[in-house]
Amino acid sequence: MSSQAHFTDFKSDKQPTWCPGCGDFGTMNGMMKALANTGNTPDDTFICAGIGCSGKIGTYMHSYALHGVHGRALPVGTGVKLANPDLEVMVAGGDGDGYSIGAGHFIHAVRRNVDMTYVVMDNRIYGLTKGQFSPTSREEFETSTSPEGTKQSPVHPLALAMAAGGSFIAQSFSSDAMRHTEIIEQAIEHDGFSLVNTYSPCVTFNDVDTYDFFRDSLVDLDEEDHDPTDYDQARQKIMDFDNIYQGVLYQDDDSVGYEKRLGIEEPMNEIPEGAPEGAMDLVREFY
Amino acid sequence: MPEDLNWAVGGEAGDGIDSTGKIFAQALSRAGRHVFTSKDFASRIRGGYTAYKIRTSVDELNSVVDRLDILVALTQRTIDENLDELHEDSVVIYDGERSWDAEVPDEQIDLDVPLKSLAEDAGGAIMQNVVALGAACEVAGFPIEHLDSALEKRFGDKGQKLVDNNQEAARKGRDYVQENYDHDFGYSLDTTDNDYVLLNGDEAIGMGALVGGCRFYAGYPITPATNVMEYLTGRIDNYGGTVVQAEDELSAINMALGAARAGARSMTATSGPGIDLMTETFGLIATSETPIVIADVMRSGPSTGMPTKQEQGDLNMTLYGGHGEIPRFVLAPTTIAECFHKTIEAFNLAEKYQTPVYLVSDLAMAVTEQTFSPEEFDMDEVEIDRGKVVDEDSIDQYLDEQGRFQPHYDAADGVSPRAFPGTEQGAHMTTGLEHDELGRRTEDTDERVQQVDKRNRKVETAQNEEDWSPREFGDEDAENLVLTWGSNEGAIREAMQDLDVDVRLISVPYMFPRPDLTEAVEAAEKTVVVECNATGQFADVVERDTLTRVERINKYNGVRFNADELAERITETFAAESEAKA
Repeated sequence: MSSQAHFTDFKSDKQPTWCPGCGDFGTMNGMMKALANTGNTPDDTFICAGIGCSGKIGTYMHSYALHGVHGRALPVGTGVKLANPDLEVMVAGGDGDGYSIGAGHFIHAVRRNVDMTYVVMDNRIYGLTKGQFSPTSREEFETSTSPEGTKQSPVHPLALAMAAGGSFIAQSFSSDAMRHTEIIEQAIEHDGFSLVNTYSPCVTFNDVDTYDFFRDSLVDLDEEDHDPTDYDQARQKIMDFDNIYQGVLYQDDDSVGYEKRLGIEEPMNEIPEGAPEGAMDLVREFY
Repeated sequence: MPEDLNWAVGGEAGDGIDSTGKIFAQALSRAGRHVFTSKDFASRIRGGYTAYKIRTSVDELNSVVDRLDILVALTQRTIDENLDELHEDSVVIYDGERSWDAEVPDEQIDLDVPLKSLAEDAGGAIMQNVVALGAACEVAGFPIEHLDSALEKRFGDKGQKLVDNNQEAARKGRDYVQENYDHDFGYSLDTTDNDYVLLNGDEAIGMGALVGGCRFYAGYPITPATNVMEYLTGRIDNYGGTVVQAEDELSAINMALGAARAGARSMTATSGPGIDLMTETFGLIATSETPIVIADVMRSGPSTGMPTKQEQGDLNMTLYGGHGEIPRFVLAPTTIAECFHKTIEAFNLAEKYQTPVYLVSDLAMAVTEQTFSPEEFDMDEVEIDRGKVVDEDSIDQYLDEQGRFQPHYDAADGVSPRAFPGTEQGAHMTTGLEHDELGRRTEDTDERVQQVDKRNRKVETAQNEEDWSPREFGDEDAENLVLTWGSNEGAIREAMQDLDVDVRLISVPYMFPRPDLTEAVEAAEKTVVVECNATGQFADVVERDTLTRVERINKYNGVRFNADELAERITETFAAESEAKA
């Protein structure tokens, strides 16, 4: 692979089975462009995903990839990055995968701060199982399993990340291609765990959180004079549940990835052909 | 006097029982004596009864017995709990000045030593256990210099003053007994020039992992497996590896999966409840053909069961656990030294065949400290086999006509090549979904059959290429056959010395694939399977494999087998046969 990859190098020859018009197309395109723009190649990139429409992304992209079990993509990405810090690790998931079954891992991945980029394709519905409410669905949202509304408050992913000590918290919209790509580029370049909650509308099952809804409601932080390194400002925006923002809400410039703090410098794939030198010292400890 | 001495210290959790026992065990080991320990503990941090027992002899030891010769009792309950094991010459060391009124039964020798006051004289009440160790040395006829050496090892890092105080405390205990008890206890513990090492099964697994090239460990604390993680923490960094304490077992095994795919030798260790949580990912590991070692250090189940007690109840889960049909290897070390060797073997098997490997140990091995010659851990014999790994030069032969790498290439032996991420032209995906040779999802009927057959073929290849021999003891031609697995081997071997009948013992360390025992079972008049569970999970396997009924000796009260009871039960089992025949 040449050192300079084009974004199409990250595309596989498999045609996506996402519904026509699905927000995931735009989300994925932005990921591919951002990877190429930041100097990565398919051979040094690892993509992890869980289950659901979002989980299929590894099949449609070209890189090293693992399509795992439901909700556990973040621990897989953690293992990959710690075992080989030279790799660019990107984790993709949906709102169900990340904030429901995988919510526990989400909080711990945020606070552990391994250098990887987590893109959550948030469509506020369960798509692949054909239209049940998700953890980010609105309280009054009517679905096959919530005929009278969910009667639960939605999860606020950005607030959750901030409470867990997140070092990079951002939000994007899959159909705003330029901004979405730019935000993911910033996430890739951040040293530490980066959350990009990407609104990625489901055109089949969600007639409330539509392209039009997001287009009309999104407030771009570039037009707000927002300073993401100002923690108090970031907190105000993140806790402002009446508005939906696009852009980097918070970034800790001093962040250092967990793998660096552990002192991991080399990939762990080289080992001696026999016992390591001085192995008898391990036995002598037990005298 | 018997050739072996049985000693114990007991009190409340938090009394320092464990470190006191360990210091004495180390003193004995450093004096060239063999040591075999056992622990009695409860699932709590402070309070409750806890004991550390040591059996020591100049000869090799592989089991515990039902006898206590010297008991250091810090509480009345320690005496009460061990009444059955005390005999008329047993010595009970206790502190009569303590608030409890010790009731030592008349038939035992009662040794009232003011442990606490003597410790205070030596520099602090905290050393009362060391005073007791000094007293025990005098009773046992064991030179106190060896205890000095163990105290030096224990406290050396914390300064000479602490070492001196402790050695002084030990002398106060010894002198008190010398001066106040004009009694010949009849013991004289021989010492040798041998330098043994003293370690437990969890430590042996951890050491095997390090030597075997493990670079990534993720785990979640659980009794009795935590010690593996504690051993690796701090040490693995010296080899460029890392330990992650994950948020739960689901995360731990998925981290291990990610690290393995990135090219690291990777493992996790847990106990039964943790295996339950890991089972979903276990299927993914097998389907994605990722090499991982999963140690299951068994304890009493089901559910939370008895977390600090022995059982071998997880065999079925490791053999059959998970939905669908999952090729896997299941190794079960039979001794603490084998915990070391089998861990290395587990990594080689995992990588050669790109398959998850269960390493099944149990609480009895995990917490037992045993002496070995250092030569038991021969580092020159260690060989690392990483299996089929491709690099930039060799990858061409595994690319399809469009230049795409095939991670699930349908190789004749079932083993496809691996490309570590970062390898040029090696980019590929894998998934728990059924996939084609490229790793992409498929529902094609032919491709499904091809991949299932390919994965199962690895087991056939391994069956032909690897040595799955069991361990054999006793008389090969004996008509009485004893079969066992896991930690029971030592106790059975010792029991065999006291049997009136000739017995052949086959101890099986490979649960899957496993040796064919049909010939041995058919050659025997009668076969008995010994295991620590209620239903006889291994006996069921043997019956299915050999199409022959077997007898069963089971124990499931939470305590490991000891040599005395096994001698009795094995004799009974084979005698019953003779009577039936007569």
